[in-house]
Order: sequence, then structure tokens, then C-alpha cells
Amino acid sequence: MRRRFAEAGRRAFLWQALAVGLLLLGGWWVAGRVEGELAARGIRSGFGFLLQPAGFEIGESLFDFHAGLAYWQAFLVGFANTLRVALPGLLLATVLGALIGFARLSPNFLLRALGTAYVEVFRNVPLLLQLLTWYFLLTEKLPPVADAVEFLPGFFLSKSGLAFPLPAFAVAAGELAWPQRGLLNIEGGATVTPEYLAVLLGLAAYSAAYLAEIVRAGILSVSRGQVEAAAALGLTARQRMRWVVLPQALRLIVPPAGNQYLNLTKNSSLAVVVGYPDLVSVANTTLNQTGQAVECIAILIAVYLALSLATAALLALYNARLLRRGSAA
Amino acid sequence: MKLSPLRCALLVLAGAAAGFAAPAAHAGKTLDAVRQHGRVVCGVSTGLPGFSAVDSKGNWVGLDTDVCRALAAAVLGDAGKVKWTPLNSQQRFTPLQAGEIDVLSRNTTWTLTRDASMGLHFAAVTYYDGQGFMVAKKSKVTNVKQLKGAEICVQSGTTTEKNLTDYFRAQGMKAKPVVFESYEASLKAFFSGRCQAYTTDVSSLAAIRDKEVKNPDDYAILPELISKEPLGPAVRRGDDEWFAIVKWVVYALIEAEELGVTQANAESLKRSANPAVQRLLGGAEDMGRLLGLDKEWAYRAIRAVGNYGEIFDRNLGANSPLKLPRGSNQLWTKGGLMYAPPIR
Repeated sequence: MRRRFAEAGRRAFLWQALAVGLLLLGGWWVAGRVEGELAARGIRSGFGFLLQPAGFEIGESLFDFHAGLAYWQAFLVGFANTLRVALPGLLLATVLGALIGFARLSPNFLLRALGTAYVEVFRNVPLLLQLLTWYFLLTEKLPPVADAVEFLPGFFLSKSGLAFPLPAFAVAAGELAWPQRGLLNIEGGATVTPEYLAVLLGLAAYSAAYLAEIVRAGILSVSRGQVEAAAALGLTARQRMRWVVLPQALRLIVPPAGNQYLNLTKNSSLAVVVGYPDLVSVANTTLNQTGQAVECIAILIAVYLALSLATAALLALYNARLLRRGSAA
Repeated sequence: MKLSPLRCALLVLAGAAAGFAAPAAHAGKTLDAVRQHGRVVCGVSTGLPGFSAVDSKGNWVGLDTDVCRALAAAVLGDAGKVKWTPLNSQQRFTPLQAGEIDVLSRNTTWTLTRDASMGLHFAAVTYYDGQGFMVAKKSKVTNVKQLKGAEICVQSGTTTEKNLTDYFRAQGMKAKPVVFESYEASLKAFFSGRCQAYTTDVSSLAAIRDKEVKNPDDYAILPELISKEPLGPAVRRGDDEWFAIVKWVVYALIEAEELGVTQANAESLKRSANPAVQRLLGGAEDMGRLLGLDKEWAYRAIRAVGNYGEIFDRNLGANSPLKLPRGSNQLWTKGGLMYAPPIR
């Protein structure tokens, strides 16, 4: 009996190895064919272009980028811009989502109704429209940069974005670089553009609606009896939430919330519609200048895949820890 | 023997591999395909007045579309036998490379990179353009030098971004491009005041100012041109016959203007005493045979859309809302750059 199992196991392994081998072979062959076809049609292929100077500027960048730098550096800037909007987006969406999730369970009717209204509106309007709406609200309603409002000392808000003081690393420690009115725009300090604000707000508001529902479902999944039992033990509402409800709810919240995080990161690729220079935007420009569509799309796919897999791995780790803690208690 | 799921998967995989193994079907000769399907598939813009845009009656009109009509008239004998494929600036080359369109006639700039590394050939220049800037008049900006450090709205997927950077670098200035994927979004952002300037080819700027704003006088196009933008139709590499046909249909339209042949007088000029006119219209010699066409190819093209000058005036010049001057697009005999090699 045992021998038969071992044999079956070996055979299954063989089949699987064969399948994987065939798949790899197929992939290799397809890649070779694509390359051959492109060459036959006089279309340049290969990743050599990444080392050539990009020749275009990127509107906003975390590093000092200029047109003389290489394409791969431009891609890096785009990638950093994607993270720059996705990570704060995750945070903002989580906080907002949790608040709205709690609001939907509140005994207060108004809070509950507002929470429901929020979820239904933001969940049911396509994200693309939401991004455009945020963007045109920001650019239509704010004053032009020449008449920027200084609503706090050093904080300027205008169609060109939000300028704010930034600790300057170059200047002596503790000093701030202050934005000032220049000839055409605000100079000095740090600026976030309306494109950035629109993408950040749009992504956070949209994902928060889904996260709110996940939080609500998680909390509702903890049986009423437990809450009542905790109340009978004399725990306050806050203690009940902290020690009884949340530890159990989180186990249900984390996996679907992870999906939402993945979605948010991938959705950030819509940033290109409002002119935010994320990875997709840089890839688009590169694609057009070099004509190397296959390569640019391959880079996009690889980067988003890697990002999503990394996020998923982190969340799986967190989830495992959560489960372990749960079973130990 | 029952098939295990794994074996089924393997079979599917093998099937897929066999599918890939079948040689990718080449379109063959474009001319044959065009004749067989009875239509020219023409890649145009998604809407740029004067070049290719849909009018109020739902017809595609413009300089670029007239090139396709002339082509259909020359090849198929019917200017109406064109299938229009609207493409945005990022998509435009792929359908041509893949053989989904026969000709790309879509305000596309002829550059070395595109000509040499993207699997296509530019056939001829139909419009000599240059990149410029539009600003709001109330900004008091009157030349490009004043745009130092300005934010400039631009649509992605064009040569515009690179020209912008090149020019500003050469001048030792820095610009902040705000790059939009869609043409509409880039315009909306500019007109809402997000950017201090908008940049693209001047002909497009004129079209935009005419079409998109309530009061065109509120906006000014700066005098500087910062680049050369020769626009023209492109065809796929590897089909020299089709390449020659597209090229010479364009040249025939230019030659017609030079010889004074118009849509209206082409018929009577068939019996012209001028041998050059006769050759063009197929009155005596059969030039079309050399291109794989018949002898009235150019006659039909001219009858369908008129000569180059007529096309220009109707779509971009005096008889159009854009009222663009002929400028560099005047015939070489009148101080412009439009010059067709002799049809003989």
C-alpha cells in the first residue's frame, strides 16, 4: 500500500515536472518567435534602449531627474511616483475605511446614514470618473497660481497645487525652506501637484468604501453573545471592542482587505488620465519615443506583478501572525 | 484510459503550442488585399479639425482623410471605399505594424527613429508643421523665454514632449511638463488654468483655439516655432509596391496643383496640349501601369478630392474655419516647400 503511494507520488511529480518544462519551453519558443517576427518587420527589439538618454522631463520626481538621464532612471522615477501615491493612499484608505465601517455600525442614526451614503456613492461610481471629478474640482475651483491663497503662513494653495515648507537638508538642520511667490509660480519649499492630490484622494476615497464594508462585515461576524458576555463581565464598550471583538474580527478582515490593497496599487495606474507621471505615464512616453511597445508593456507587467506579489506576501505574513496569536490565546 | 486533469492540461498546452507553431499569416501584398476587400483601411486621428475629424453629418473630413480618399480613388476607383480607424497617438503605430490598417494618415511626424526602427516607412510629407505654444492673453506672456519654470500642459504619446525638453534645455531653462494621456483632458486642464501654456503643433493649436474656446481672442499663439514637424502618411515596411503607390498618389496631388489641374477642370484637361498634364491624367502615356494601377489613377484621385492646394484651402486654409496661411506648405514655385518629383 505504502509503496503504491510512493510510486503514485513519484509519477505525479514526473508529470508536473514535464508540464512545467513544456510550459517553459513554450514560453521560450514564443519569445524567440516574437523577436524573429519583429526583426523580420524591421521593428527594433531588446532592452538596450533602457541605457539611452530619455530626452524628456518628468513634471514631478522624488529624485533630481533631468532629460539627460537614461530611460531606466525615468522608469525608476515613474515607479517611485507610483509608490509615492499608492502607499499614502493605502494608509489614508485604511483610516477612512475603518472610520466609515465603524460609523455604519454606530447607534447614531445620522452617522449610520452618512456611512451608508458614502459607501454607496463611492462604490458605485467608476473610479475613472471619480479621478477626473477630483481633478477638475481641484483645477477649476482653486485660484490660478498668481493669486495663490496663503491659508497658513508658508502654505500656498492654487491650481498649481499645494506648496508647503519643507525641512531643508541642504540648509542647517532645523531650518525650513519656505515657499515664496515667484514670477510665474511659487518657488521654494515643497509642492504636491493637483494631479497628485487628485489621484491620492480618488484612490483613497474609492478604496475606503470597500474597506468600510470589509470592516463592518468583520465586526458583525463576531457573535452577539460574546459582546453580551463581555458586557456582563463589566468590560466597557471600548474594552469589549479592543479585547473581544477586534481580535476575532481582524482574522476575517485582513485577507479581503489585502485584496483591496492590491486593487489600490493596481488602480494607481489610472493616474495617467489626470496627468500624474506614474509608471504607466513614463512607459507611455517611452513607448512612443522608442516604439518598443512589447518591452515597455513587459516592464509594466513585471513591475505591477512584483508589487502585487510583494504586498500579498507581506499580508500573508501578517495574517499568519494573527492566526498564530489567535490560536495561542 | 481516463484522462487525469493534469493530462488534459498537457493536451491543452500541446494544442496551444501547435497553434502558435502555425506560421503567422502575413497580409501578403497590400495592394492585393486592398483590391480583394474592396477597401483601403486608413488610420486617422480621434478628432483633429482640419486633418481628420468627423463633421456634423458624420463624415470624416480633413487633409489626412483626403489623402486616404485619393488613395481609394486611385486604387479602387471609388473615393468612398475607405474604412476609417480612429487611433490615439499612442496606439497609432501598432495597428500599422500588425497589418490591421493599410496606411496611417494621422498628423504623424516623420522622424529617424520612427522611420528606421518601427517597421514603417513615411511615404511623403503632406504638411510642414512646427511646434508652438499657446498662452492665455491675460498672462501677458509674449514670447517663449518668459515661460521659464512654467508648467506646460502636453498630451503624451507625441514627439511634443521631447521637443519641449530639447528646446528648453538648449535655452538653459527648465519646464515642468504636465502630461495627460488623453487629448481632451490635456485641453481641459489648460483651459481651466492648470498650466501657463499648452504646447503642440501650431496647426493643431489654431484648430484648438478655434474649436474649444468661446472667445478665441483670449488666447495667443506665441511667435516662436521650436521644432520641425513634417507630417505625412506612413505605410508598413516590406511592401515596396504599396509604398510607391501611396507616395505617388500624394505627389500626383501636388503635381496637379503645380500644373494647374483642379477637380473642376481635370476632365477637360485630359485632352490638354501640355504633355506633363496628359501624362498625369492618363491622356496618352500609361504611367499607372508602372505602379500596378491603370492609367487614370491620378485623374480619379484629383476628381475625388482636388489638387493639393484645393485640399489645403478646403480643410485648413482660406475656405476653412482655421484660416491657416499656406506658409511652408506653398508650392516650391511660390516660395514654399511642396515639391513633387516629376511624373514621367
